[in-house]
Amino acid sequence: MTRDEITTGLAEILEEVAGVTPDDVAEGKSFTDDLDVDSLSMVEVVVAAEEKFGVKIPDNEVQNLKTVGDAVSYIEAQS
Amino acid sequence: MTGSRIVALGHYQPSRVVTNDEIAQLVETSDEWIRDRVGIVNRRIADGETVTDMAAAAAGKALAGSGLTAADIDLVVVATCTSVDRSPNVASRVAAKLGITSPGAFDLNTACSGFAYALGTVDHAVQAGAARNAIVIGAEKLSDFTDWTDRSTCIIFGDGAGAAVVTATGADEPTGIGPVVWGSVPERGDAVRIEGWRPYVRQEGQTVFRWATTALAPLALQACERAGVAPSELAAFVPHQANTRIIDGIVKRLNIPQAIVAKDLVESGNTSAASIPLALSKLVERREVPSGAPVLLFGFGGGLTYAGQVIRCP
Repeated sequence: MTRDEITTGLAEILEEVAGVTPDDVAEGKSFTDDLDVDSLSMVEVVVAAEEKFGVKIPDNEVQNLKTVGDAVSYIEAQS
Repeated sequence: MTGSRIVALGHYQPSRVVTNDEIAQLVETSDEWIRDRVGIVNRRIADGETVTDMAAAAAGKALAGSGLTAADIDLVVVATCTSVDRSPNVASRVAAKLGITSPGAFDLNTACSGFAYALGTVDHAVQAGAARNAIVIGAEKLSDFTDWTDRSTCIIFGDGAGAAVVTATGADEPTGIGPVVWGSVPERGDAVRIEGWRPYVRQEGQTVFRWATTALAPLALQACERAGVAPSELAAFVPHQANTRIIDGIVKRLNIPQAIVAKDLVESGNTSAASIPLALSKLVERREVPSGAPVLLFGFGGGLTYAGQVIRCP
């Protein structure tokens, strides 16, 4: 999977879970500050991403995923 | 085989209502944020009441509605994690207040899952012949353990109590309390903590949320299966009242569109072990669930512990 494909997949999840407009999702965006994803929605995003991308994202890793790019890199490395 | 059933419920909440706007004067938050993100609008906070006062008030109402008297009660069990005194326990203090003279009396602490654990334990005691008529209570005064400068926790909690009178069913009667499914996740136990001397509640919100929204629905379904009740038959689902987003997350995985889902936390906050009997008592009081209808109870929280069972509505 390319980084763009992962970003697109994350955008779909973010729209469904947190109502984020897909066009706003880009690698440089912060989940909290730019996309208004709160800590519990972030958990929902992570759980949905595990299912969608077939990866494991443990609890202690979630706090390191500050930006969309962080999540893309983590998923890319795991898949 | 002898089983047991709930014959009456009762609840007590302090009269003092604390709004989100009042909380917003203590910490950086807002009514809108708490409503949207947690689902709570008001909570009740005790003034002078102790855990025992609230427990006894709830139990007294349940007993009054049960058709039994204090002399009939041979077991009192209180689920609580916020009783300050180590001894005497809350159960014996409640018994003294209600004039129950010689019951088995003990407290049980599995934090927010406590009521379902206590109900299961009482059901087992009745099945074993150790009791015939019991009072099961969930009672909490979380305000004593709340750090009113910590906005991640102080917006959540409330005080209150709920109680059920449980009585033995005859050999030819259907049982009213299904088999309990219980367990815990000890390795992640410190995700919710009330540790040390004069402690405050602390929690890892993300860890708890993830566990609750992913791991619990299969266990709740297991409780239905063990009771021989299809999820589509449930009249109501009364989970621990932690957070509307946790409740919604569990409900999404249960496929129970016909069931009433208790959301008493909107007006009561998270009252830990008191939340299930409080919500259930109110549902029954408002006659929202017909007598005899199956209701799924599911408690979860500190420990990380969980317990649930299907009961028949009194």
